Amino acid sequence: MTEPAAAHTAAHVRYVLRLGDTSLILGQRLGEWIGHGPALEEDLGLANLALDFIGQARLLLTYAGELEGRGRDEDALAFLREAPEYANLTLVEQPNGDFACTIVRQWLVDSWQLQLYQALAGSADARLAAIAEKALKETRYHYRFSSGWLVRLGDGTEESRRRTQQALEELWRFTGELFAPDAIDAQMHAAGIAPELAGLRPAWSEAIDADLRAAGLARPADPSYRWQGKQGVHTEELSHLLAEMQHLPRAYPGARW
Amino acid sequence: MSEDWPLYEVFVRARSGLEHKHVGSLHAADARMAIEHARDVYTRRQEGVSLWVVPSAQIIASDPQEAEALFEPARDKVYRHPTFYAIPDEVKNL
Repeated sequence: MTEPAAAHTAAHVRYVLRLGDTSLILGQRLGEWIGHGPALEEDLGLANLALDFIGQARLLLTYAGELEGRGRDEDALAFLREAPEYANLTLVEQPNGDFACTIVRQWLVDSWQLQLYQALAGSADARLAAIAEKALKETRYHYRFSSGWLVRLGDGTEESRRRTQQALEELWRFTGELFAPDAIDAQMHAAGIAPELAGLRPAWSEAIDADLRAAGLARPADPSYRWQGKQGVHTEELSHLLAEMQHLPRAYPGARW
Repeated sequence: MSEDWPLYEVFVRARSGLEHKHVGSLHAADARMAIEHARDVYTRRQEGVSLWVVPSAQIIASDPQEAEALFEPARDKVYRHPTFYAIPDEVKNL
């Protein structure tokens, strides 16, 4: 492979990994709710979300492994990488907190993914476009679910409103990363594979404002600090999550059931 | 928490053209949540293409105490079954 071609492939792999890791880590976080949901129906609802995200992660990590061409499959990528090798957004590794916190995190991701997958469905990378098209159907439901809950909690009791606003203040600082392009994003955009990331922000912002208005919640000020999860710089939360997620396959390599 | 939510009855249409069938009930805070819960609880294995949810309180049921008066009079009227009559051989499409 020529040097520019190799650099392009490396960026392509990294780009797909970012998407896959973001879905995987969020799926794992949502899975932590199983058996702890506020009601049987919500327990199932959160588990369904988790399975959608893990399904997306499987498709994306498998593809990233094939692009990489070093023989790593979805399991090798999911279970045998350390935190700095993970390229997920910092937002999704944040702990579940209370139900309001989980819903706010979910709503921020869903509204972002809705814009992103819509754009990726038209990607020059046919495989990525097909994955985005499938994920988009799931994402429309996720957004319906999380925005519904956001309004219900924001417009609910004094206690639910207070907790939801608090979760919003806590998690808003991670939203800068959602639309902050780096060299890899620029390269993928130039190749027609990825949309211009910053260009997705206005539609996202509009949807966010409409939901916040309906929920009676206040939009926090934009943070000055940029988190860099997709560049591999994570909060300590990710290490704890990976320790639990990876324990079994690392302790018993090749274990099956 | 869900104990405080009203009960909804759930109806699922398995395929287009078929009727919605009652499959069970669930708790939800509002109609939108009831549809989402019905989707998550009753259509996870591709059981349906359409959902109805109805607040259980809105269903008017017959009184079991009236069962005799309502249903027993039909018992001795077997001629209401279409199979009661002999169908002549010449009739093809009945």
